[in-house]
Amino acid sequence: MPTDEIVISLKDVNKWYGTFHALRDINLDVRRGERVVVAGPSGSGKSTMIRCVNRLEEHQSGIILVNGTEVSNDVKAVEKVRRDVGMVFQQFNLFPHLTVLENLTLAPIWVKHMPKAEAADIAMKYLERVKIHEQAKKYPGQLSGGQQQRVAIARSLCMRPSIMLFDEPTSALDPEMIKEVLDVMVELAEEGMTMVCVTHEMGFARTVADKVVFMADGQVVEMNTPSELFGNPKEERTRQFLSQIIRH
Amino acid sequence: MAMVAGIGWFLVANTLTNLNARHIATGFGFLDREAGFGISEHLVPYLPSDSYFRAFEVGLLNTLEVAVIGIVLTTLLGLVMGIARLSHNWLVARLASAYVEAMRNVPVLLLLLFCYSLITVSLPLSRNAFNLFDCIFLSNRGLRVPAMIWDDSAVMVVSTLALAVAASFLVGVWARRRQEKTGRYFPVLWSSLGLIAGLPLIAFLATGAHLSFDVPHMAGFNFAGGSTVSPEFAALLLGLVVYTGAFIAEIVRSGILAVSYGQTEAALALGLSRMQVLRLVVLPQSLRVIIPPLTSQYLNLVKNSPLAVAIGFPDLVSVANTAINQTGQAVEGVSIIMGVYLAISLILSFLMNWYNKRVALRGGR
Amino acid sequence: MAESSLLENPSANGWLRGPVDWARKNLFSSPANSLLTIVALWGLWLAVPPAIQWGLIKATWIGDPAACRAAGGACWGLVTEKYRLILFGIYPYDEQWRPFLAVVLFIVMLATAANPRFWRPWLGWVLVAGLVVVSVLMWGGILGLPLVTNDRWGGLPLTLILSIFGIVLSFPLAVVLALGRRSQLPAVRAWCVVYIELWRGVPLISVLFMASIMFPLFMPEGVTIDKLLRAQLGIILFTAAYLAEIVRGGLQAIPRGQYEAADSIGLTYWQKMRLVILPQALRLVIPPLVGQFITTFKDTSLVIIIGLYDLLSSTKVALSDPQWRAFYVEGYVVAALIYFVFSYVMSQYSQYLERRLSAGARRR
Ligand SMILES: Nc1ncnc2c1ncn2[C@@H]1O[C@H](COP(=O)(O)OP(=O)(O)OP(=O)(O)O)[C@@H](O)[C@H]1O
Ligand SMILES: [Mg+2]
Repeated sequence: MPTDEIVISLKDVNKWYGTFHALRDINLDVRRGERVVVAGPSGSGKSTMIRCVNRLEEHQSGIILVNGTEVSNDVKAVEKVRRDVGMVFQQFNLFPHLTVLENLTLAPIWVKHMPKAEAADIAMKYLERVKIHEQAKKYPGQLSGGQQQRVAIARSLCMRPSIMLFDEPTSALDPEMIKEVLDVMVELAEEGMTMVCVTHEMGFARTVADKVVFMADGQVVEMNTPSELFGNPKEERTRQFLSQIIRH
Repeated sequence: MAMVAGIGWFLVANTLTNLNARHIATGFGFLDREAGFGISEHLVPYLPSDSYFRAFEVGLLNTLEVAVIGIVLTTLLGLVMGIARLSHNWLVARLASAYVEAMRNVPVLLLLLFCYSLITVSLPLSRNAFNLFDCIFLSNRGLRVPAMIWDDSAVMVVSTLALAVAASFLVGVWARRRQEKTGRYFPVLWSSLGLIAGLPLIAFLATGAHLSFDVPHMAGFNFAGGSTVSPEFAALLLGLVVYTGAFIAEIVRSGILAVSYGQTEAALALGLSRMQVLRLVVLPQSLRVIIPPLTSQYLNLVKNSPLAVAIGFPDLVSVANTAINQTGQAVEGVSIIMGVYLAISLILSFLMNWYNKRVALRGGR
Repeated sequence: MAESSLLENPSANGWLRGPVDWARKNLFSSPANSLLTIVALWGLWLAVPPAIQWGLIKATWIGDPAACRAAGGACWGLVTEKYRLILFGIYPYDEQWRPFLAVVLFIVMLATAANPRFWRPWLGWVLVAGLVVVSVLMWGGILGLPLVTNDRWGGLPLTLILSIFGIVLSFPLAVVLALGRRSQLPAVRAWCVVYIELWRGVPLISVLFMASIMFPLFMPEGVTIDKLLRAQLGIILFTAAYLAEIVRGGLQAIPRGQYEAADSIGLTYWQKMRLVILPQALRLVIPPLVGQFITTFKDTSLVIIIGLYDLLSSTKVALSDPQWRAFYVEGYVVAALIYFVFSYVMSQYSQYLERRLSAGARRR
């Protein structure tokens, strides 16, 4: 159901860490409602790429547009992009000094200037959606990894983003907790959220993704629908990588 | 157990015999007697004819004065230097590290002696004092500044200042309430600054725009009028602040580094501004790491303040020292010193622990 | 602004493509940052050239105060003239090779103790033997060395004696106190807590006062202890309290399982401590121990207040000469440099150890 409207566009994006060339001429368009899965070997630049989208990393050449706003040195533009784009991290990164509820209301209160009561209402709604509203008064340290990651997803959703970025959201979880997080993500996808998701969960990619991007050595090697890419990879590099994950 | 008691008894018995042999009185009776020595700096009235007790009081107040002003200034310096060490500005970071390394590797006493020489040897004589607007004079006799004369208009200005401070506190409370209700943000910092600067200014203008000062001026070879920051006080304060600041800078730096960078990233990704990230996410977490070692640095500053003896600032220890030399009652004198410092240590630790609990309470684990 | 830049990922340090890029990235990345750089450069411009002018270009290297005043720069003549006094105090001039040798011995001992390869039980005995040799050198009276009583000792050797004897001799007391503070016996624990907290709560200077005026009162009639010994005792008792807390930190870091394992093979309390717990705990606390040594090293300068002639005091004595008084900066700079070199080397060493130890812990 993706529309034709392009919400994220990367054009010839390059990034260096010191002298290390981490992203090489990346070109990628994401449409509204589209679900993109990014896969590739470790160190291939997947995280770097999606972190450039909300300027957690700075690219050195090329153009990144998010909802028509160019991601640049302009602080105002970056803040606008970050309000529109939610992000979920591998390590959850919940704020340990705040309760679950306070984690969720922090940004709505301070960034959107929402009354506290209203922010709490919205927060409770999202906590219910990720099925942990009984834990609202607890601190992150008292939750399991899966619960923490669901709180982190709810925290992003509270800002009502139009795009969600996921950076290996299940990699730090025990197998039995992966499912509860994936369920939440599938649900989100079914509601039509635009998602860019770095993950090694090929099942998730097959069922949910509209497009799979395969990266290696800082380049986009191949980009296709999941069935094409998994069933009929064009590049040797992709084939190699797929055979490796399947073997495991 | 028995051994400890035995040693204790042995020491006490020896001490009593020795005191007897030297005809030295025991007990704290001497506190009521006339001290008979002058003290150059006193926050409360003091004359040589006052009692030893009074002299101790004066010394204690001087110690506390140095401690309070020193702690405030050294915290500011340490905070600035700690943050500067983490700055992305290469030059600023290097300069801050150089400061920290230099201070941490020399004795504080050397620093004090150096500051004292700097003031008393290198600053000009009174008659050639550095002169700022003909009212502030810096010379080897210290810093001479105008003193306010307490007429009606001065009282008015100062009381509106107090009023403004109270008002900005109320504004802070009100702003938080309103933000919780409506979500609208009120610029508390700026409005408080406006209040604190503006109200006294209005009072100043309303009372006829005149405040009278006792301006220092040359009389003979020295200044008359105004009030003085003595070279001893200035050197002590400068040395302690600069020395302790280096240690606090390290504490602040490692406190901020202790908060993982993921916290900052997550907060930025939610759209918070950098200042908000620092205030709402990073500082609350680093404070918990910072406060315990900060407490011991505050204690160190207080415990280093008796080095005043070396440059002749009359703090508690230097007063006690004089009293011991005059009366010979070393045991009592030293117990007073130790008792007072123990009390200060305990009170300060208690306050900081209380504050730490308040910070740490919010945080579950 | 400094605040905002500290939030940037410290590892993401930009791309290095020559000095211009480097400066743009590290000095002029934003208007606020540029302002900061310019202010800092301006400050350096005000401070550094005059300092070089004073310290090198206009300086007088050999000569009397009058020559210095004529040249208008630093008067390093003070140092060439007085370095023996600053370094060795009033130790008899012709015998000053002895304190010099003592300093060399101290440095050799420190270097030996710093090498992890020598962290064996015999190291303690080597250090004690070294200290005995140093004492004989300094005192003399045997082996044909003329007797030099300790009221003539001074300068750097005295500073080293006070701090090294202070640390080495307070160490056993500290271990006992640390064990006592974790003892099961409430009375022992209480005594140790009181001792530790009492000493840690009071300033060293009051301890030195106490040592210099009260110790004589504690002694039986006829027994006198000299000033140096009193100060040394005060420093030992004081340092032991701080060391005890450091050792306790190490004891606490040893996992419970180690205690239980030692109990389960039937070791007595002292065997358990000596053979299992302390060897591990003491290794852990070496970095903070070095830190405490630096503190003690710097703190021995306080003995100036009870009239001993350590490095700082002898510098002050050298400067008390009226004709040299104006050149206090030179004197203090030299003394500060000596303190700095010792402390800086030790603190770098302790950081190196810390990295080494944490690497070792990770490998396990
Ligand atoms: N801050 C940094 N400084 C220097 N190099 C970095 C930095 N961050 C990442 N890199 C390098 O950039 C490359 C891409 O890193 P990135 O984290 O994007 O990989 P990834 O594809 O997400 O890998 P993984 O699956 O392990 O998360 C790696 O080689 C990494 O070493
Ligand atoms: Mg990654």
